[in-house]
Amino acid sequence: MTRHIFPALPAALAIAALLVATPISAARSEPDAATRTRLTHLLVQDCGSCHGLTLQGGLGKPLLPENVSDRSAEVLAEIILDGIPGTPMPPWKGLITPAEALFIAETLKKGLPQ
Amino acid sequence: MTARPTSRRGLFRAAGLGAVAGLVPAAARAAEPALRGTGDLGLVVERATGSLLLVETTGRSVLARIEGLGDMSHASLVFDRTERFAFVFGRDGGLTKVDLLTASIVKRVVQGGNAIGGAISDDGRLVAVSNYTPGGVRVFDAETLEMVADVPALDRRGAPSKTVGLVDLPFRTFAWSLLDGDEIWIGDFADPRAPKLTKHPDIGRLPYDGVATSDGRWYVAGLFGEDALTRLDLWTAGAKPEKVLTGYGKGEQPLPVYKMPHMEGWGAAGDLLLIPAVGRHEVLAVDRDTFREVGRIPVHGQPVFCVARPDGRQVWVNYAHPKNDTVEVIDVPSLKVVHRFVPGPAVLHLEFTPRGHEVWISVRDRDRIDVHETRTFAKIAEIAAKSPSGIFFTPRAHRLGV
Repeated sequence: MTRHIFPALPAALAIAALLVATPISAARSEPDAATRTRLTHLLVQDCGSCHGLTLQGGLGKPLLPENVSDRSAEVLAEIILDGIPGTPMPPWKGLITPAEALFIAETLKKGLPQ
Repeated sequence: MTARPTSRRGLFRAAGLGAVAGLVPAAARAAEPALRGTGDLGLVVERATGSLLLVETTGRSVLARIEGLGDMSHASLVFDRTERFAFVFGRDGGLTKVDLLTASIVKRVVQGGNAIGGAISDDGRLVAVSNYTPGGVRVFDAETLEMVADVPALDRRGAPSKTVGLVDLPFRTFAWSLLDGDEIWIGDFADPRAPKLTKHPDIGRLPYDGVATSDGRWYVAGLFGEDALTRLDLWTAGAKPEKVLTGYGKGEQPLPVYKMPHMEGWGAAGDLLLIPAVGRHEVLAVDRDTFREVGRIPVHGQPVFCVARPDGRQVWVNYAHPKNDTVEVIDVPSLKVVHRFVPGPAVLHLEFTPRGHEVWISVRDRDRIDVHETRTFAKIAEIAAKSPSGIFFTPRAHRLGV
């Protein structure tokens, strides 16, 4: 069997879903232009330091649209906020809000702007 | 040597040393190129644009921009022993040989899908690249960039692994770690077509980087999945990896890690090593022989690079997001932070001039490199660069284990 760096993903997702006090869907309010620019920069540069500047993967998994197509933006936002315990993926909830995580998740689903 | 040079490159060859084309005004290029050495040259990775800046540290200036290097996120490079050529390892698997004297790309191959760094052998003949996809180490002829060895990283269960912490060791040997496989491999490439591999399993969970001490005695892997490091004695035949600094967090809950620390450039200072603690706002001071902790220094954030000034008297530290706008200087004799300053958002790397009188600091989100004098800490120059990350000066050519 292929060993995986993220072995506990389904369990982590279940726990993440339980832990998020505010439902992510309730956080849906489009960030303003300056925030969108800041978040896109964060995605490219800081997420990119593990997932690659073009999100094609590195230490972390690839995050291109085809890699995240099986998960909803809400689920991706929960992963971003809570991280994946036991792996290098950290929880970002101390640094970004649920609405911001959702914006990043939706950007992942659509692909980075060219 | 060309008897009758017919091209500019030929001229450089005929001149023996050559010259940096970018240095010479266009009108003067037809004339004899100025001779120059390469010991004060360096390359700066411009990660967003896939380019390199060729710089010199005597006049603190940019000589040329070299473009066309692909995805340069997390790119690193090594210099050959002549200090004329650099081998650049791109994230997209590109391996590019760059000539500093002509400020140009000599050759470029895409050798893998997703690379994470490399090393050059002590004799300058072999360049090894560490890959995430497909996981393993590939070894190339430094002259032609032809692949001479391909060593997939299949762990003892036969599962593929990403490889990290690739370093050179004496006598055409490289060492690396298997991130997913929890192993350290030593590869002797004296005969590159028939490499001799020594594999050490179960070294600890998730080695994220590795480094060799400058004497080549110890290979040390940092562990992400455990509160410890693993070291391997390379001078003792049959030695097994041993865990050191076990429980350095002493049961505290580690903080989320927004950027993995790097072990390259580890602060080797006299009898001490200064090491970034994973998930803590601390730098660990460790005895170089026993790897026992002799102190820990509270710092501004989670350290990424702890780089010793070449004389070992100071160690300069940068930090992970969201505290990555700050640099601190640790005074090694007192193990205290003696200076803190804020260059700006996203300080990514530091490189000292060969004897340490100055340090260059990349400030990514200001599109700038700052140069500081290291005695007074004063900023003495600013150099424009596009989204700069790694800074590499040619004297690295003669350092082991980088």
